[in-house]
Amino acid sequence: MKLYEYAAKEIFLKYDIPIPKGSLVSDVNSAVDTVKRMGDVVLKAQVLTGGRGKAGGIARAKDANEATSNAQRILGMEIKGFPVKKLLVEEYRQPLKEMYLGITIDRQAKCPVIMVSPSGGIDIEEVARNSPDKIIKMNVHPLSGLHDYQARTLANSLDRAKSREIIDIIKKLYRIFIDNDCQLAEINPLAETEKGIIALDAKMIIDDNALFRHDFKGEETNSLEEVAQKNGMSYVGLDGDIGCIVNGAGLAMATLDMVTQYGGKPANFMDVRAGANAEQVKAALSIVSSNRNVKAIIINIFGGLTKCDEAARGIIEIFPLIRKPIIVRLSGTNEKEGRAMLGKYGIHMAASTEEAAKGVVELGNPDK
Amino acid sequence: MGILINKDTKVIVQGISGKEGSLQAKWMIEFGTKIVGGVTPGKGGIEVQKVPVFDSVREAVDVNKPDASVIFVPPQFAADAIFEAADNGIALIVCITEGIPVHDMMRVCSYLKTTSSRLLGPNCPGITVPGASKIGIMPNPIHMSGNIGVVSRSGTLTYEIVDLLSRNGIGQSASVGIGGDPVNGTSFVDVLQLFENDPETHAVVMVGEIGGTAEEESIDFIKGMSKPVITYIVGVSAPPGKTMGHAGAIISMGVGTAAEKIKAFEDAGIIVARSPSDIVQHIKKMDYS
Repeated sequence: MKLYEYAAKEIFLKYDIPIPKGSLVSDVNSAVDTVKRMGDVVLKAQVLTGGRGKAGGIARAKDANEATSNAQRILGMEIKGFPVKKLLVEEYRQPLKEMYLGITIDRQAKCPVIMVSPSGGIDIEEVARNSPDKIIKMNVHPLSGLHDYQARTLANSLDRAKSREIIDIIKKLYRIFIDNDCQLAEINPLAETEKGIIALDAKMIIDDNALFRHDFKGEETNSLEEVAQKNGMSYVGLDGDIGCIVNGAGLAMATLDMVTQYGGKPANFMDVRAGANAEQVKAALSIVSSNRNVKAIIINIFGGLTKCDEAARGIIEIFPLIRKPIIVRLSGTNEKEGRAMLGKYGIHMAASTEEAAKGVVELGNPDK
Repeated sequence: MGILINKDTKVIVQGISGKEGSLQAKWMIEFGTKIVGGVTPGKGGIEVQKVPVFDSVREAVDVNKPDASVIFVPPQFAADAIFEAADNGIALIVCITEGIPVHDMMRVCSYLKTTSSRLLGPNCPGITVPGASKIGIMPNPIHMSGNIGVVSRSGTLTYEIVDLLSRNGIGQSASVGIGGDPVNGTSFVDVLQLFENDPETHAVVMVGEIGGTAEEESIDFIKGMSKPVITYIVGVSAPPGKTMGHAGAIISMGVGTAAEKIKAFEDAGIIVARSPSDIVQHIKKMDYS
């Protein structure tokens, strides 16, 4: 779960990491009021995606006029599909130098890794690509935690003269990373200003699997992703027209790849999870078919814990309402029973994943 | 005789009184696995699938001296269950549970280095040695004894491939799922090493997916192996920044695309199959026996 900049900064504030004074607004008048109160400010679009600066979602405002025009413009924007509903209005702080500090998980070393770079303020992926030597990394032992010498070494590599302030921020960010089950905790830029080192931006991603032990509240979006998640399934929207329903993530990815190999374009990824029952298969079909772009649907079940007759029952119950061609592949536990049930309803069936993938692409393009 | 387990491996089931633990214990017993007991705190004294249930791993170890444990406990308690198994000297811990916080897994993996236990998983289907033993949840009927080692990050995709191999008369020495989480106990290289040393295994099928660099990390090892390895990578059509079902299946900060992995394998001269049936074609072409 990604946190908004303002939410991450609220956490920074609790841990005493220096951030600019600011206030969160959702309309132009409040933005103008804030400017009147604080003077020279920056208006920052609050969206859960990167690249908002390039998209024009960040603007400086020195007076009420500038605040009005910029707030109006940004609040009406959509950045990479995310409508801007809130602005963070912050006092402007002139950066003398922009650095990078981030903590994430090193999957290979199986431990947290702290990364710093003197080249901050730009996309860190870009730095990693173009000048990887400008990123300094330090692994932290998950059981012993961050040692002082490690924070010192990292801070010295950024700015020896300011190392005390930076060490302090590194240690606090590491606590935030651990306490909140972060996958990522990032300050970019970490800026040197006349009044000291400060976190101009804040990014946090929380491990979804750990949300049960925290109070983070996601906003209700009613997206298909969210509906699927509530049903214990995993859905990712894509831009094609072939609806896909599969049990198991690996098989689901393989199925999408095969649809693509046969010239189709998947409309979604959907993993109904092992052990899916009739109700879940029904819910999956209703979610996938509600995407208007979908022209045909492939259902690929390899029954282990999932029983093929259960899946078939779910399909049959909702099939009359779908009005889109469906091809089903059932294999594994109770496959004969499942196939016999579907056979009575004239639903297309395939013997293998590949046959089903080929079949669904044909069903989706009947003119070819 | 396969890797990691054999027909004499004694197994306990942590979380045996739950719905899934109980059902899978039944299927493992039907496969021929020596399930000697189960553990569910607070349920000590009862029997599930005709095996005794204990309150703690300690008691199960005192009575049954198991070689392995398979874990079906819910994600919020799973790390604790792994610690308990390791602290009681269980040599092989297979964790099926999906959804364990990754910070828990970092601590677990770090701790396990100080013990003699091996962890397989979490979020994995376990290991099956056809004709000998199965620890985990792979469907019983799909396996067939033979000389192909299968190692994969996935569950159902592994079943699909193993089933297809068996239907084509290609048996397996062992099928191993290392799990779909970003941080796990046993790596591709660990399993490849076991297959390399196993006289029953003549060739290996390795199934990878998007996310991380576990596949790339195995390249140097594969190049040094005496046995052929056929790889298959899924997630070519996956967009960046989205978790594709498995917590570990995510292209993050530009790292972990299928195209990258396929290119790395091909550049190293390693066979990359394009589909499950393509795996079968490659095996049929090679003289691996």
